[in-house]
Amino acid sequence: MLKCSLDKINSVFEEIAKTAKLYIPADDKDGSAVYKQWENGIEWSSSLNTVRSPKDFFLPQMENLMEFKTEGKNIEVIDNRCETEDFVIFGVRACDVKSFEVLDRVFLSEPVDSYYASRREKGVIVSTACSKPSETCFCKTFGISPEEPEGDVTTWKTEDEIFFKANTSKGEALLEKLSAYTEECDETVVTEQKEKISAIMAKLPLKDLKTDAFGGGKTEEFFNNPVWEELSGSCLGCGTCTFVCPTCQCYDIKDFNTGKGVIRFRCWDSCMYSEFTKMAHGNNRITQKERFRQRFMHKLVYYPENNDGMFSCVGCGRCLSKCPISMNIVKVMKKIGDVDA
Amino acid sequence: MQKITQNQLIEKAASLLSDGTVNAVLGWSRGEFGYDVTPKMFKTEEDLKENFVWNDFCGVNFSKYLVSKTDRFDGKILVFLKPCDTYSFNQLLTEHRFEREKVYAVGIPCEGMVDVIKLKAVTGEGISEIKEDGENLLVTTIYEDAPVKVAFKDVLLERCINCKSKKHVAYDELMGDEGEVIESKRFDEVAKIEAMTPDERFAFWQNELSRCIRCNACRDACPACTCEKCVFDNPQSGVENKAPANSFEEKMFHIIRAYHVAGRCTDCGECSRVCPQNIPLHLLNRKFIKDINEFYGEYQAGAEVGSRAPLVDYTTEDLEPGEVFDRRDIDA
Repeated sequence: MLKCSLDKINSVFEEIAKTAKLYIPADDKDGSAVYKQWENGIEWSSSLNTVRSPKDFFLPQMENLMEFKTEGKNIEVIDNRCETEDFVIFGVRACDVKSFEVLDRVFLSEPVDSYYASRREKGVIVSTACSKPSETCFCKTFGISPEEPEGDVTTWKTEDEIFFKANTSKGEALLEKLSAYTEECDETVVTEQKEKISAIMAKLPLKDLKTDAFGGGKTEEFFNNPVWEELSGSCLGCGTCTFVCPTCQCYDIKDFNTGKGVIRFRCWDSCMYSEFTKMAHGNNRITQKERFRQRFMHKLVYYPENNDGMFSCVGCGRCLSKCPISMNIVKVMKKIGDVDA
Repeated sequence: MQKITQNQLIEKAASLLSDGTVNAVLGWSRGEFGYDVTPKMFKTEEDLKENFVWNDFCGVNFSKYLVSKTDRFDGKILVFLKPCDTYSFNQLLTEHRFEREKVYAVGIPCEGMVDVIKLKAVTGEGISEIKEDGENLLVTTIYEDAPVKVAFKDVLLERCINCKSKKHVAYDELMGDEGEVIESKRFDEVAKIEAMTPDERFAFWQNELSRCIRCNACRDACPACTCEKCVFDNPQSGVENKAPANSFEEKMFHIIRAYHVAGRCTDCGECSRVCPQNIPLHLLNRKFIKDINEFYGEYQAGAEVGSRAPLVDYTTEDLEPGEVFDRRDIDA
């Protein structure tokens, strides 16, 4: 375990930024947190988390995949990849770190998504334990530890110090670079910090929410439940929940006609949208009920069925605070699973 | 803080349900933390008693819901409308978007609704309960032993701080007064933007709109956006996009939307309330309203059913296009 005074955090950031692009949660002008590329003067936000999840670093909302240029009868294929830079994301919360595992299982299984894979390879994740969770937090429901988040490096922040622990060789290499600013220490303070977080977690309103009712093999049980009608009844069909969600991973690939050729790009898609997965025969999810059901069945039944029981929700609470009509996965779990929490 | 109580609304809804006046009630249902209420169709008295909520967080404008609800429901629907909601109600009737006879509208007074982001800026995270206490909210959090006292007027939604009218312009029945149109400073912020240089103004909107994630919540919550098929959802349109391809496109989406609702926007403020990125979208619409007022005389969309909006009407007193063109110098 290493530690460093928070007075020196700017020097730590400066050191990291010498060899890689560094992104930290910083306050936007409206007070909400957003990942910004660090440069002198950008300060680490004290907010619990960013409005947008850090999935952008690995699966950007929009990325160009390739270009085609036509001249006469020739088509030139242009490689316009840009995911070649080393970067570090600092201050990632436990829920969001876990979301990368959810995405990995999709994009790193065969056939491997090489765009995603190279970003994962280039990126170093420095997580930070939570100190003041929100009422909307329910990461414990999915077995996530806000006391000791995963990541290449785990950090704990107290009033005046920051503690570091490397979990991977990438993490060790990063901490090596910071040796001028850190010193060895025992785990006493961190252990205390972890106990504090556990005590807070035990007080959260959603602490008793369980996943027992859900998992693979439950399609038949839930699919035709009449409750979907009621739950989806007020859904506006906007994509807020899917776009702020760290685990929503659906995308579309489209061609943009530049006049002289084509830029093939990928962008996030949302199962809430009427054109989602539209096929030649039309759409198999005709009303908002089917679209709404798809989102939650995917997270609570289909994904675990294909991924050894792992759910594709990490309890970050973004959908709870951002849905325009406050409908969210917690309300769905309670109603559909008859979960009393 | 509201003048009318939750129980009064439940009683009213229950009696209209039981005497057969209506077959369902469009209301707000209880959430997890006191502030996260969700619109719901209530069909029984038991459900109303158990889940119906009326508090300082019932910001959702129900008028737009009537388009889909009346379409899919055979009976008559009771809807509770706050004064600002009634303008959207009239505007939708003007546009023939739902059948008036399928709705029983009960006007309820509103003292303004709370912005949860502003509230949390005062109380911090960890809200477990919110109670009303005179002019204050008592907010219990898991981090403080005693509830945090927050002045109601300090945490209102922007649209409520600049409330334009407490008057119910449409109803079948009123609970409380009809209310009156009130003076507001809602155009002050627009005037500030008008006073900017074109470069400053461009930078202002560039900064605001670059945060857009194209979730379409503004459009989907907007009572003026009720096209059966939005051009931005139509792959055949050539402009259908799920993500902004570049920063120009974010602007295009919002500017086109502002033009499309010009003269029909009642300034209900739902667009800004629902934006997950806190973009002050209502300012675009207010600019149009301010211009319409100045060019063609005061006009409030939705003030009455069937009114002809200046942009789709012609009078000989209308401003000459040349005069409008000249004004660009005043704006700049």
